[in-house]
Amino acid sequence: MTLSDIVTLLDGEVLYPEADMNREVPCAFASDMISDILMCTKEPTLLLTGLTNNQVIRLSDMIDLSGIVFVRGKRPLQDVIDMAAERGLPIISTKFTLYRSSGLLFNAGLRSCKI
Amino acid sequence: MAEYWFVADGYNDKVQSFLADNGDSEVDLMFTVPEKDFNTAGKGSSEVKNLLKRLGVDSDILRRIAVASYEAEINVAAHSRGGVMHSAVYDDLIHIRFEDEGPGIGDIEQAMIPGFSTADELVRELGFGAGLGLPNIKKNSDALHIVSDAGSSTLVEFIIFFS
Repeated sequence: MTLSDIVTLLDGEVLYPEADMNREVPCAFASDMISDILMCTKEPTLLLTGLTNNQVIRLSDMIDLSGIVFVRGKRPLQDVIDMAAERGLPIISTKFTLYRSSGLLFNAGLRSCKI
Repeated sequence: MAEYWFVADGYNDKVQSFLADNGDSEVDLMFTVPEKDFNTAGKGSSEVKNLLKRLGVDSDILRRIAVASYEAEINVAAHSRGGVMHSAVYDDLIHIRFEDEGPGIGDIEQAMIPGFSTADELVRELGFGAGLGLPNIKKNSDALHIVSDAGSSTLVEFIIFFS
């Protein structure tokens, strides 16, 4: 599944135009707790979260994130979007909830990441 | 001062020999970690990871170092009055020390229990305070040493070997 497929499934919005949406996404993880997210150290992971502060982008310096989906219609501030763009980290916003977004992607065949 | 030690299975001899005579490090990096500054918190860990990546450290080990270091750096920003992060890179390992200005950990064993947290509302709103900081550091380290007490400074140091 590519990030473009994910944007379609979640009726999402890509938050900066240069993002590489052809990137393949092998698996996903959903959480609003940073220490939970840091357990995803085994493979490139799509993160679904309601957190929009700069530390969410900082996480991608530590672990391998394929992209981030901000749920419940949340959008990070521009400086956070700029941090993602600097790192080439694709970011997407969807109006769906964390639960619904996760369910839609899981039903479409996107598995949980190994922790 | 109360003290806590963890050494991963099979690493006791290597850790003891490092502690007995650690020689000179090849590269040293120092960062200050200001209290409750979540704009800069994590930068030190990012830079250490970038340095080690350039030095060719294996990617799985790199992630373990980054996660342990980031958790410890966030702990200093979230829970202390500020502190310093000192990373010493050797041929075969990295040794990272975090020393802060207090107020200290009253019960280290309790702080090691997954899910136990004393994080305040500001820290929780940012997504921290899961109570997994110290357990995540332990999980990713080959050796972890903590020295602290209520009302005093805290030292958290860990060692991770490159192979």
